This record gives sequence, structure tokens and C-alpha cells, in this order.
Amino acid sequence: MFSLYARRVWINRVGIALSMVAMSLGLIGLMWILWTLFSKGFAALSLDLFTQDTPAPGSEGGGLRNAIVGSGLILLFSMLIATPVGILAGIYLAEYGRISKFASFTRFMTDIMLSAPSIVIGLFVYALFVATTGGFSGWAGSLALALIAIPVVVRTTENMLKLVQTSLREAAFAVGAPRWQVSLKVTLRAVKSGVVTGVLLAMARITGETAPLLFTALNNQFFSANMSEPMGNLPVVIFQFALSPYDNWISLAWGGALLIAFLVLAVNIGVRVVFRQKDKR
Amino acid sequence: MSDQATISSQETALQVRNLSFYYGDFKGLSNINMDIARNKVTAFIGPSGCGKSTLLRTFNRMYDLYPGQRAEGEILFNGKNLLDKKQDVNLVRAKIGMVFQKPTPFPMTIYENIAFGVRLYERLSKSAMDDRVEWALKKAALWEEVKDKLQQNGLSLSGGQQQRLCIARAVAVKPDVVLLDEPTSALDPISTAKIEELIYELKNEYTIAIVTHNMQQAARISDYTAFMYLGELIEMGDTDQLFLKPKIKQTEDYITGRFG
Amino acid sequence: MSEPSASSGIDLHAQQVARFRLQDRFFHHTTQLFALVVLATLVGILVSLAIEAWPSLEEFGPAFLWTNVWSVPDDQYGALAAIYGTVVTSVLALLIAVPISFGIALFLTETCPLWLRRPLGTAIELLAGIPSIVYGIWGLFVFAPLFAEHIQPLLQYLLGDVPIIGSWFSGPPIGIGILTASLVLSMMVIPFIASVMRDVFETVPDVLKESAYGIGCTTWEVLRNIVLPYTRVGVIGGIMLGLGRALGETMAVTFVIGNANRIIPSLFAPGTSIASTLANEFGEADPGLHIASLFALGLVLFVITFIVLAISRWLISRSMGSEGL
Repeated sequence: MFSLYARRVWINRVGIALSMVAMSLGLIGLMWILWTLFSKGFAALSLDLFTQDTPAPGSEGGGLRNAIVGSGLILLFSMLIATPVGILAGIYLAEYGRISKFASFTRFMTDIMLSAPSIVIGLFVYALFVATTGGFSGWAGSLALALIAIPVVVRTTENMLKLVQTSLREAAFAVGAPRWQVSLKVTLRAVKSGVVTGVLLAMARITGETAPLLFTALNNQFFSANMSEPMGNLPVVIFQFALSPYDNWISLAWGGALLIAFLVLAVNIGVRVVFRQKDKR
Repeated sequence: MSDQATISSQETALQVRNLSFYYGDFKGLSNINMDIARNKVTAFIGPSGCGKSTLLRTFNRMYDLYPGQRAEGEILFNGKNLLDKKQDVNLVRAKIGMVFQKPTPFPMTIYENIAFGVRLYERLSKSAMDDRVEWALKKAALWEEVKDKLQQNGLSLSGGQQQRLCIARAVAVKPDVVLLDEPTSALDPISTAKIEELIYELKNEYTIAIVTHNMQQAARISDYTAFMYLGELIEMGDTDQLFLKPKIKQTEDYITGRFG
Repeated sequence: MSEPSASSGIDLHAQQVARFRLQDRFFHHTTQLFALVVLATLVGILVSLAIEAWPSLEEFGPAFLWTNVWSVPDDQYGALAAIYGTVVTSVLALLIAVPISFGIALFLTETCPLWLRRPLGTAIELLAGIPSIVYGIWGLFVFAPLFAEHIQPLLQYLLGDVPIIGSWFSGPPIGIGILTASLVLSMMVIPFIASVMRDVFETVPDVLKESAYGIGCTTWEVLRNIVLPYTRVGVIGGIMLGLGRALGETMAVTFVIGNANRIIPSLFAPGTSIASTLANEFGEADPGLHIASLFALGLVLFVITFIVLAISRWLISRSMGSEGL
């Protein structure tokens, strides 16, 4: 009897210990990547990074100004597309999702699109846009990233709207308001901050996306704010520079990676902190 | 069992005829017949799950929001059947207001909370709207407390104030009937007393139907009381009479605390 | 002040109500139209990839899928090497990631002190937030050299002489290759699998666990005999989600897989995956069969991931109630 019990306790201890090992492995991975990023990225940080454009092959120094501006523009326009589309589609799922088969089907497909390979989205936009209009452009890049961001906005918007108390919705209907006013003026407003969070997280998600930009925005060694032309952007610059033989290019790649990772992590941590404070209130 | 519910010689606001209600296959109400008297307070009491809230929610067709819920029978309001498929629900709800168990201020300013509903069906000038907001807040005995902070968010008020704001919001659109679904169950005793006072005032101009789990409350504020049990209307009548001399054994058992 | 006029009949607002009805119909159709964007994207991907891939599909037929040749000079293309690399790296990545994710989920739901749950859970979620290109350059510059110097020789020393599996670890320890790609991939999918597992573990009713503890079960036994059977469907869904992610991952793999378009049995050898072939070749592809074959690869990838993700979502939503994640 005792030996059986001892065996069970022992198995339990091993199991628990292994779970701690797994957790530590996860944390070590995170720390390792962050430490590498910061140590290599900080070495590359300087004023030049923000004021100079990407250097030509073999030339010294250089910065990422064109890529930073390009990434900013591409992100801005992709979020300008994805935010209204995503929020309205999310409202549709929340309002009509319970009663309509079409809405459930859409929700299911949205969930799949959440994890669909981003490089295939790049191929799609290439076939749809680049091949037909005859050129790589910032617009194509924005479109590709928007298509990736939309499902994220859709699902967070829907989930947030579903958190609204039913009695608040009913109260709005009870004064005789039509559905569109209940939805836009009462429920959406009640979860405004949650929807903003979803939009920010969607932006964080696409900030580092590289694959869909390879065949859409391409890259541009020179400064350009023209969305109709190929456009420099951080992820593609990092990709090309990291695989180059030049030391200053590789260093710039690390600097760019730090910038992107910093932005993404700041948004991720920021929204969590803000939300936790809201929870406490 | 259904005949005694008819209030003779009274002007009625709502006439319920052979009303049954279904949640999918489950029958929530069976064959309800009653009259709701105009400009009186009618209270619905009964143990939880008896169907009193369900009944209230048929009066403004709130169940329409949920697929699978349906009502059969008639509810006559100004001679028209509210349950008629052709009857527009928004129209019904504009004339039959509702206040919920938990305060439900909209996520907007106090002023906008009131103006929102008014603006739906009336085009008022700025000053007329100001007057209407003041009028409604005075009706709900809230004006003195909020007149200096109309632009603050409705959520910044205390629970009791929020509930009075909701009453003001319901009154502001000038409905004929106000439905109250356990309006004080989430409030402290002082706020409850204020709301009860308010209900007493409001019945001069509005027909009021209130669901309450609190029998003393029903006895204090209502003119008529309906006792419901297991989806059926057991007894309805003059409040004093129902509490002092119930005609039916089940009613007596309930109000004397023997069950429920 | 305006006193309320005596209420007139119920048709007072009839005109306004008719307007509302129209607006609501407009609202319904507008939002539905935007919801359609997602569906249209999905259908658009399938159709446009199929059209662009058509010349290649016509030329090579279904044999495209199992032909092991990828030669730009000869204009001969087959997907086998890329499919092999994609499947092998993803499956290996899962073999590594599943037990670790399971451990993390177990730790976060059962053993972790309450005050640590939130920060540690957030840390794992942050791991999911790091862009894949960062994993890629970290893998190339930090992990691969270390792997070549210390771990590969060790693996060869330990397992190199074992029959059959020994050949998996043959070849020069160059750091990059199939195994390295699998390891980096596993790191990327761990947070996805772990957070689904954590979420489904939390759906187990407390009374169920408490009654097991009540008859003297250990934490491990509760997990094995109560939590796992209860959440089996969702756990498999989480693993499939990780698989879907791994199959389509591009940047992290492209940096470290070595990009050799052939099949070499050793896990130390460079290989390729569908996504990394696309990333490397598409930009400079010749019009004609080459680009069509790349589109065909993309189509294959999309169809495979679509099936895997559809199964995954179906399982997860079944296990978490109709709402999914």
C-alpha cells in the first residue's frame, strides 16, 4: 500500500517538475531572443538610423529612414482599410451571428483566415493587383497587410460586442431604437476601448509581416513617399540585409528588427496594462 | 381561473387574451388572460421562474430579439394586437417603455441618455430638447442632483441615481405604459424608497406594470396585483384584497410564506 | 417647459418607423457586405492561384505533387522536395512543441501560484507576438552557429552509430538545415498551442477536478484522468492549429532551412519548404512555367493549411462551445 502511494507521489512530482521545465524553456526562449535583439540592436541604434537612407552595396554607414517612413505609410493605409471593414464585419457577426447560417459560416472562415499563411496572401495580391496594374507598389503592400489584419479586427470586435450585457442592448431596444442605432450608438460605444485594442493588436500583428510584402511593396533603396511605386519597408530590408555579405547591412538589419520588435511588444504590453487597470475599476 | 383577472368597469391600457409563450419547446406561459388598468400600478408577484418577467417582456415584444422565443394569443393595446407580426416592434417600444433590473445607462452623457430616445421619434429644437431633458429628470426626481453635471457620463452616477436616470429616459419619450422589471432588486433600501415614491407619483400619468420579488413592495405601491405560478396566472385582483383575503389557496400559501 | 400632450394613437410615429425599417435593412446589408470581404478573399485566393498556376498544372498534371525535380534551367518543376521539407519540418516542430506546450499549459492552469499566472501567461503570449522575421535572424545568427558547434556534434556522437536513425544525423554540422528549421518553428508555435491548451483546460468544471482531488488523486492524476479526457478534442484542435501555423510559416524557416531544392534523408542537411521556395524565388521568377509552378506551390500550401486549420477550428469550437476562440 505504501509503495503504491509512494509511486504515485513520485510520478506526480516528476510530472510537475517537467511542467516547470517546459515553462522555463518557454521563458528562456523569450529572454534569449529579447536579449539578442537588444544587445545586437542597440549597437546599431544611432541618429543615422533615422536620418539616412539605406546604403548602396559596399558603401559605409547608412540608416533606415526610407524603410521606416515606407513601413509607416504602408501600415497606416492598411489599417485605414482594415479598421472600418473589420469593425463593420465584426458588428455583422455579433448582430446577426446568432440567427444566420451565413454569419456562422463567415465566422468559421474568418477563424481560418486568422492563421492562413501570409505568403499566400502576398501571392494573391500579386495576381490580383501587381500583375494587372503592372507594378509593385506601396498600395499593393497595404492591401496585402490589410487582408491579414481584417480577420483580427473582425474577431476582436465581435468578441468585445458579445461582452456587452444583454440588458444594455435590451434597454436600447426598449426605447424604440432601430437596430443600427442600438448597435452603433450604444453597444459599440460601450466597448470602444476593447475595439481600439483589437485594432492596435491587428496593427502589431502586421507590423512585422514580411512575406506578403516581398511580392507587393517589394523594396526601394531610395526615399519615396509615393504609394504607387515600390516602397522601402523595414521587414523586407531586414530580410535582404540580414542575408547580405556586408557588415553594416547586417547591423542595420538588427537595428530594424529591434525597432519592429519594440513597437510590437510595446503595443502588446500596453494594451494589457491598460486593460488590467480597467478591470480593477 | 382566468375570469377573475378581468377588471370590470375600469379603463384598460392592455388587454391580454389567451396568451401563451414558448422558449423553443418549453412553455413559459400558458393561457394568460388579464387587463392592465390605465394609470394604475399593476404588480406581478410569484416565485422565481413563474413567468412574471416573461409576461412583462411580451408587452414590448422584447422576446423578438431572440430566435426560438414566440408568443401566441393577443395583447390588445389601443385596440391593436401587439403580437401581430405586422405590428412594428419599434413603434410598440416607443409607446411602452421599460426599466430593467440592473441600471442600464447608455455609454454617453446624462443629457444624451435622455435625448437619445426622444430624438428617435421627435425633432426638437435645442431649447425644446433642453426643456424635455429637464422635464424628464424632474419627473424622475433626479434633476436637483444632476442639473450641474448633465455633460458627465451616465456611468458616473451612483446605482440608485442610474436607475432613476433610466426611469427618466423611459418617461422622456412620453410612453403610455412603463414596464418595470424588478427595478429595485439591485439597489440599497434608501434608493429603493426613492424609486417607490417615484412610481407612486408617476401613476398619475402613466400605466405602470411592475415585476417584483418583494411582496411588501407590491403591497406598498400597487393598485392591482397578479400572482403567478408555473407560467399560469393564479389570481389577480385589487392589491389589498389579494393580500388580505386571497380567494385561492396557492395565493394564500405564497403570501403567507408557506412556499416560494 | 413642454408638458406632455395627451398621447395619441399608436400610429403617431408610423412615418419614422418606416424610415427606421429601411435604415435597418441598409445596415444589415452593409455590414453583411463587409463580412463578405473575408469570404471573398478566401475564394479569391483559391481562384486566382488556380488561374495563375494553370500553365504548370496543365504541363505537369497531378504528378507535380510527387515529382522530385525543381530545375529552372530545364524548366522542369515538381513539388515533392518542397512538400517533403514543409511536412518534415512541421511535424518535427510539433513533436518538440507539443510536450513543451502541454507542460506550459499544465503549469499555468494547475501548479502556478495565482500571482504568477498573469505575468507568465503574458510572457508566453508575447512570444507569439514577436514577428517571425526576428525568429529568422535570431535563428540564423545566434542559434545556428551554436547548434553547429555544440549540439550537432553531440547528437552525432550519441546517435550517429545507431542503425537507421543514425543516418538522420549524418553529414557536416553546418548549423542550418531541416532540424534547425524545425527547432525554430517549434519555438514559434509553442505559444499558439500552449494558449489553446490553457484555454481548454480552464473549461473543465472545478467540481469535476475537486471531486477527483477529493478521493485523493494527485495533480498529475487529475490531469491524466480528468482534464485530458475532458478536453481531448480541444487539445487536438490546438495541436492542429500549431500545425497550420507551422506549415505556412515563411520567414523563420527561410533563414535557417538552407534552401536546397532536393530531398536529402539527413536532418542536418539543407532542404526547402513551400513557403521558403516562394520567398526566395518568386521575386526573380521567369514568366511562364517557373512562375506558374510557384503559384501551384502556393495553391498546394493554401489547400493543405486550409484543411488543417478547418479541422482545427472545428475541433476547438466543439470543445469550447460554439464561439471558438
